[in-house]
Amino acid sequence: MSDLTKLTIAAARDAMRKGELTSADLTEACLGAIDEAGALNAFVHKTPEIAREQAKAADARRGADAPSLNGIPLGIKDLFCTKGVPSQAASNILEGFKPEYESTVTTQLFAGGAVMLGKLNMDEFAMGSSNETSCYGDVVNPWKIDDRNLTPGGSSGGSASAVAADLCLGATGTDTGGSIRQPAAFVGITGIKPTYGRCSRWGIVAFASSLDQAGPMTKDVRDAAIMLQAMAGHDPKDSTSADIPVPDFEAALTGDIRGKTIGIPKEYRMDGMPAEIEKLWADGTAMLRDAGAKIVDISLPHTKYALPAYYVIAPAEASSNLARYDGVRFGHRAKLAHGDGITEMYEKTRAEGFGHEVQRRVMIGTYVLSAGFYDAYYNRARRVRALIKRDFDQVFEAGVDAILTPATPSSAFGLGEMAEADPIQMYLNDVFTVTVNLAGLPGIAVPTGLDAKGLPMGLQLIGRPWEEADLLNVAYSLERAAGFVAKPARWW
Amino acid sequence: MLDLTYDAPKPKVIAGATGDWELVIGLEVHAQVATAAKLFSGASTQFGAEPNSNVAFVDAGMPGMLPVINEGCVAQAVRTGLGLKAEINLWSAFDRKNYFYPDLPQGYQISQLYHPIVGEGEVLVEMGNGTARLVRIERIHLEQDAGKSIHDMDPAMSFVDLNRTGVALMEIVSRPDIRGPEEAAAYVGKLRQIMRYLGTCDGNMQNGNLRADVNVSVCRPGDYEKYQATQDFSHLGTRCEIKNMNSMRFIQMAIEYEARRQIAILEDGGKVSQETRLYDPDKNETRSMRSKEEAHDYRYFPDPDLLPLEIEQAWVDDIAASLPELPDDKKARFMGDFGLSDYDASVLTAEVANAAYFEKVAEGRDGKLAANWVINELFGRLKKEDHSIEESPVSPDQLGKIVGLITKGDISGKIAKDLFEIIYTEGGDPEEIVEARGMKQVTDTGAIEAAVDAVIAENPAQVEKAKANPKLAGWFVGQVMKATGGKANPAAVNELVTRKLGL
Repeated sequence: MSDLTKLTIAAARDAMRKGELTSADLTEACLGAIDEAGALNAFVHKTPEIAREQAKAADARRGADAPSLNGIPLGIKDLFCTKGVPSQAASNILEGFKPEYESTVTTQLFAGGAVMLGKLNMDEFAMGSSNETSCYGDVVNPWKIDDRNLTPGGSSGGSASAVAADLCLGATGTDTGGSIRQPAAFVGITGIKPTYGRCSRWGIVAFASSLDQAGPMTKDVRDAAIMLQAMAGHDPKDSTSADIPVPDFEAALTGDIRGKTIGIPKEYRMDGMPAEIEKLWADGTAMLRDAGAKIVDISLPHTKYALPAYYVIAPAEASSNLARYDGVRFGHRAKLAHGDGITEMYEKTRAEGFGHEVQRRVMIGTYVLSAGFYDAYYNRARRVRALIKRDFDQVFEAGVDAILTPATPSSAFGLGEMAEADPIQMYLNDVFTVTVNLAGLPGIAVPTGLDAKGLPMGLQLIGRPWEEADLLNVAYSLERAAGFVAKPARWW
Repeated sequence: MLDLTYDAPKPKVIAGATGDWELVIGLEVHAQVATAAKLFSGASTQFGAEPNSNVAFVDAGMPGMLPVINEGCVAQAVRTGLGLKAEINLWSAFDRKNYFYPDLPQGYQISQLYHPIVGEGEVLVEMGNGTARLVRIERIHLEQDAGKSIHDMDPAMSFVDLNRTGVALMEIVSRPDIRGPEEAAAYVGKLRQIMRYLGTCDGNMQNGNLRADVNVSVCRPGDYEKYQATQDFSHLGTRCEIKNMNSMRFIQMAIEYEARRQIAILEDGGKVSQETRLYDPDKNETRSMRSKEEAHDYRYFPDPDLLPLEIEQAWVDDIAASLPELPDDKKARFMGDFGLSDYDASVLTAEVANAAYFEKVAEGRDGKLAANWVINELFGRLKKEDHSIEESPVSPDQLGKIVGLITKGDISGKIAKDLFEIIYTEGGDPEEIVEARGMKQVTDTGAIEAAVDAVIAENPAQVEKAKANPKLAGWFVGQVMKATGGKANPAAVNELVTRKLGL
């Protein structure tokens, strides 16, 4: 394997612009790396023909003014519909589904010259925090301890693993409750969930429509800025996409955060939080202070209600969004017994097609929306959501520019370790991230250190709505101060 | 303008074994919005296309597809609301109504449960003899239609046609103000008329573009007034909903049947159970479709794919300014300006095209005479040949000239009928034809007198008889008319015959 795949997007871009590198070579290097990394189970569908075709076209366009992503090989989360390419959301129920359309985000990436290497593994329908619910099997974290296979986190586990293992230069992710930020933290890369409405949801298989956002997962903050630039923008096909100009994110990366106010929310200091996470957070705080930011203690009093509210709202929307997987028009349809009617077709198809976690959330969602429980659960959760958003609004109004929190309550855990645990234990992975989705804010995870076991850990920065440029710059400053350069030792 | 006032009609009363019963009816009318594209996709709404040819990805519920509201449908709903004198909600929102069915690809219908676009309005439903029912509209909301399941094409399989999936419907919900089967049908007819005037729904019931769910209950005389005083629905009895009626006649028959069914149960000491029923026109009966216990739990919640629908008052004002004259106003104006009877004015304003035709005929002429000719001659003739007003071979200008010729005394009513027939079958300018074919009425008394003299001279025996029995004078009039080819002014002939016979 060549070292080409270790390049950042920015470095590869600069080399290609200078004529020192071709997309064809870079793409071949990635395709080779992917072929050798079967043990990670990150890619579930490879598209070498498309990749070579796109690389060739990119090389023909090569030049000083080619777009930033021209010729850059990327992995695409399986949640994105890609025209003519299997797009199954890692679910058996979408068996054999090849969309006739291309999602807006991937359309924009490819229009910007990006190269698609293939589709990336994920938790089924993006429901999970360990990438263990995929119909394609677990994704393995390239980081290991004592030969134990670890989770890369979820739901964008394939994206995280692929970027961390240098199989691609960057990857798309989606984040409904932390699905970009938690896996990014677990594998030591950068992942940003932009403001709700910044990226079009059109053509992305829906999990929870009011929370879902696409975002990039990259090797560093600059790459996140470059990739987000291409992914973002108003789309008339998505009514919730915002008609707001997209600033030059990369140009915002000055590293100068003097005079910025960073809030440290006391409610994120949880009981039983590992000392290592505490220290990581304190170190990060010190780094931002040293860079000239003003550090203030803040309160987001409704934080403790976020997780329960999230696990009412997200399943409620999911139960409705997933109703279309009924075996009638596409995907899996169960074999029926003689005399079976439409009800049996629905029941058998959905029982066979959906995995346990998806079934659990569909049932929770159906329950919380049902007559007699709607007010007690769904409406109450919506009110909590409004309060959580108000907490953030008040803090930002008081002058806070960004909020620093841990990204996850722990470093990566072992695959299978939570198999017997109460599902709530798994849901607790999202405790620091769901608030951001509920409030529709941008949030970014940046790797800032290793724990005692030698596993990466990350911090989360939460920004003002639509201020991704500012948020990326604070993250850039933190990244430079932390100087995180560790890479997993290759074993695959 | 005339201010028309009406008395409330009497509610329908059905005599039972234990006393009288009254009917209480409320309707949910589903009107397909007249637009080229569906409510949330750009797919066509054309009726009768090849199955599954008018289907966008979002209509088929494909993964990742999203709805985008069609502004034209919103404008039509606002227009309809204004036509029903209803409150327009500048802020409304869409909700999902969740249920599984193969012709509902998303697994939910996008509707407006919590915040409809149109609020309270009213419709005046005339019931003849100076009576009319004022029916209150509770709300109008926009929603998606479902597709069509076809179960009779194959012994083992069902087929689904998604062409209608996602087509915009307005659900117009009335209060329980309708008190009889005829009123229910007349109410649907009035809604249809208003929406056709507005151009917001073509009202084609055969194609399913206008359908109604009918809620029926029965109560004792006096109970309805208790409801009115308290707004307590329990006075109105337990209702049953008859689904998906698409014929005025069947609506009436179904209500009649359903009311009698409920009365029979109550008089037997039973209880009506709240349920959804279907009407079978072949057997003229309603049958239970699902009981209250079996009713779906639709798990309504706000559709997170759509932002609340916010419209501006100025936009609503623009639509209001573009509204045509509505049936009630037009009718009052026809009665006031042209002196038409209530009946004639109703007939002429039933369809906006008829009214427009009439106005052209009547312009600058005798309105009553014009109304007679449009209603009796033209409509009669068109109906015989199953032609619509748009297909009329006689233009308003041509019919207007015929009416003008009558008024001037140029032709008699009888000749006018011949002239109408000529224009209807051959066409041409009525005034020129009257000249060219010598159809003008003879008013020259000299010529008429000569004809009278001739008839008297030729029939001495008849003269004697007539002198004995003056009623026979009519025979002489007829002979003179015959001799003049019907062109003599009948009044002048009559007068001369009487005088010459010395009667």
